[in-house]
Amino acid sequence: MNFLLEIGTEEIPHWMIPGALKQLAAIDLFGAVSVVDATPRRLVVRAINVAERTPDEEQVIKGPPISAGDKAAAGFARKQGVELTAMHKAGDYYELHKQIPGRAVRDILAQTLPATILGLQWPKTMYWTGGKTGPRFIRPIRWVVALLGDEVIPFELAGVKSGRATRGHRILGSPSVPVTFDTYESELHKNFVILSADERRQKILTEISLLGAKLDADLVETLTFITEYPTAIRGDFDPAFLELPAEVLTTVMRHHQKYFSVESAPGKLAPHFVAVMNTRGDPEGLVKRGNERVLKARFNDARFFWDVDQHKKLADRVADLSHVTFQAKLGSYLEKTERIVKLVDELGGNAHAQRAAYLCKADLTTEMVKEFTDLQGQVGGLYARHQGEPESVAQAIYDHYKPLSMEGEIPSTDEGQLVALADKLDTLRGCFAVGLVPTGSKDPFALRRAAQGVVKILVEAKLDYKLDDLATGELREFLLDRIKYFFREIRGFKYDEVNAVLASGVVTLENVEARLEWLAKVRPTQDFEPVAVSFKRINNILKQANFASDGEINAALLEDGPEKDLYNAYWQVGAFDSLAASIASLRPHLDRFFDTVMVNVPDAGLRTNRLTLLHKLLSKFSTVADFSEIVTSGDQK
Amino acid sequence: MDSFQQTIFKLKRYWDERGAIIQEPYDVEVGAGTMCPETFLRVLGPKPYRVAYVQPSRRPADGRYGENPNRLYKHMQLQVILKPSPDDILDQYLGSLEAIGLDLSKHDIKFEEDNWESPTLGAWGIGWQVMLDGQEITQFTYFQQCGGIDLDLVPAEITYGLERLVAFLQGVESVYDIEWTRGVKYADVRLADELQFSVYNFEMANVDRLWRLLGEYEAECKELLAKYEDYPDKQRFPVLATYDQVLKCSHLFNLLDARGAISVTERVGVIKRVRDLAVGTAKLWADQQQEVA
Repeated sequence: MNFLLEIGTEEIPHWMIPGALKQLAAIDLFGAVSVVDATPRRLVVRAINVAERTPDEEQVIKGPPISAGDKAAAGFARKQGVELTAMHKAGDYYELHKQIPGRAVRDILAQTLPATILGLQWPKTMYWTGGKTGPRFIRPIRWVVALLGDEVIPFELAGVKSGRATRGHRILGSPSVPVTFDTYESELHKNFVILSADERRQKILTEISLLGAKLDADLVETLTFITEYPTAIRGDFDPAFLELPAEVLTTVMRHHQKYFSVESAPGKLAPHFVAVMNTRGDPEGLVKRGNERVLKARFNDARFFWDVDQHKKLADRVADLSHVTFQAKLGSYLEKTERIVKLVDELGGNAHAQRAAYLCKADLTTEMVKEFTDLQGQVGGLYARHQGEPESVAQAIYDHYKPLSMEGEIPSTDEGQLVALADKLDTLRGCFAVGLVPTGSKDPFALRRAAQGVVKILVEAKLDYKLDDLATGELREFLLDRIKYFFREIRGFKYDEVNAVLASGVVTLENVEARLEWLAKVRPTQDFEPVAVSFKRINNILKQANFASDGEINAALLEDGPEKDLYNAYWQVGAFDSLAASIASLRPHLDRFFDTVMVNVPDAGLRTNRLTLLHKLLSKFSTVADFSEIVTSGDQK
Repeated sequence: MDSFQQTIFKLKRYWDERGAIIQEPYDVEVGAGTMCPETFLRVLGPKPYRVAYVQPSRRPADGRYGENPNRLYKHMQLQVILKPSPDDILDQYLGSLEAIGLDLSKHDIKFEEDNWESPTLGAWGIGWQVMLDGQEITQFTYFQQCGGIDLDLVPAEITYGLERLVAFLQGVESVYDIEWTRGVKYADVRLADELQFSVYNFEMANVDRLWRLLGEYEAECKELLAKYEDYPDKQRFPVLATYDQVLKCSHLFNLLDARGAISVTERVGVIKRVRDLAVGTAKLWADQQQEVA
């Protein structure tokens, strides 16, 4: 039988819908495969071929021992509600084979669905009926369609009785539309509800592309789950507004109005926007005009902020930062500014980098940033340029919050990289110093992102600062974690390669990257794994022998043959750039050595000499990577 | 085209037909219609209540000397409280838009998540901003908590931003161009107080005195709060007057804020002082309602 469940609600926040769909897909429909769908006003589960009944089952219940006598058996039978004759003897015990008839799936679902639905997890729930002990859900539930075959699955949910009538689009559709499993989607369509998110997404993509919008995938997702019947329209604004920075215009359109921007050439805004409505069309142009009016007011605001902000230069705003708290225990942004300037100086930043550091937080006092907080840094950069600061200063300020994510780009200039690095390091050092260390998922000061930014800048800008000079103790460990993450998840190195390289020490990240690249390159060569296995073996031997000698190899004690050959091969192991070749040349000697030479011989002098040879050999490589961290096929078995 | 006041008449009429008491504005300064006792206190407790009123709402920091076409020191809200919230509340709300002349089939209506929270009132709710052709025209909230008290009956609060809504209906670009009534513009009625209060709020309000006043109203409020427990005839106890002291404190806080007299670090502390008063008063009200019942 076919199953249809529609939970009709008031508008659910768009970003929560995909998470809810995942949970709905996991509802057990007795093995039938279900399909889930949603709009802001409905969560839907459909499945075909759901069993009508669950199968009959036989349950075996162990009774008393036969030796306990008839009385015990009779008591057991009575308790189970059966005649004594229904009992079987199995070995020394009585047994009851109870037949449990299957149940109608409709009855089961009627019983379980209310709790299942109300059990969906949401980031934030509300109550709306029955006081605070009443049902909780993301938004009020207003209707429920629940059908199995032609029958309604009868239940009550938050005071709403399940039935067979859905509702159309709030404005364009009918408020009550009887449906069956087969007619459900087409009836919705007739009532201006496109059930499938894919179909809505496709409609949006097609229409905005026809109208020349610049694609913004996140915005498409938002609009897909904010509409039941999306239709795109294009509007215009006064080209005079194009004098305002594109960043400001785009932020207003994108974040405040959920519009797509339109470009006349790559990177050049055109005086148009594309909006997506939740209705079928705008034949009289009323919606277009309304949106244009709103946008104009917003742009006027932005222009007003720009003009007002120019009355006081960034340099004159720095002192005002003493009134802006960075963090209660870490003082104001003025104090932070002073620390960043000092740090940029310590890191060797030039005069422009120091100037940028001095000005970089001043935009926090501007009206523009108070209104468009996402634009902090960018606004400072734009104002600096406008106020005649050198270009490299302006660009450094503009970029200093970058990278905004692991995928985001780092500042484009040397000065920007230094200021960004210093700003993030200062935040990290300060927070760690006063015990504000992220725990689990709690990271209110976004320290992981800051640390991630530090790592990304160091690596991608190829800055050769020593990790030990930048961070010590707990913060150093924290950064190491991010370094691991960066090389694994962003650079795609294998986790054991990253572990192996980090285990042999970290000086600069530039050097870590070079070693990783080397390791990843030699890893697939045929001699690598056997050599790695041999190194592991050496490691174990040295460990078992508690060997920690710094002595030299006594060449006179070496036996001719494999031992001496290995010794000669050891001498030929060159510097870092020729290590790859050394692996190939070492392999036969290592193999033969372990095949024929006994390390742990009774003669202490000989034994120490051999351990020394192995130790020296291992040391040549251990500055690159700790091979014992490499997972070899032997480990996997 | 309806004037500003005609639109207000129609909205009041609409909610009158749906059983709401049509109240007049409260006469102590408030930052939002929510702060009026008609909302803040009435939503507490198990008694159903329906009320609608226009509330001039003062937000000193939003003043722009009458120069910005969309920002006002004082704007008008039409506040509707339906407690408990009827099942078809959103349809009723949409009906109110049609009642003021909007043909919704020709417009784009969206309900976008916007949860409301007021730290100074210990209040929060779940809801949306209602977007009409890209313009926010209403804040819709299902109250969950008020004065730190979980609500027995969840009310729906509908707050229409009247200037924005009417500017939209009249198709004007500045709120000052709204036709208040025939031949009279919004600017004629209100421009002077936007200018003068901006000057006062930003330039002339005496900061030291404002701090002292805040202290005085706070002291009065605390004294009243402390007297309730031993007061013999609870029904006579002036909880409503106590609440007025809270409103005074809240407004003084906003004034000090607009003057730039509250540092970020102090802010949290002052908000807590006001919230403690609001929460204390809400408790008294809830208790008094029970005593009376």
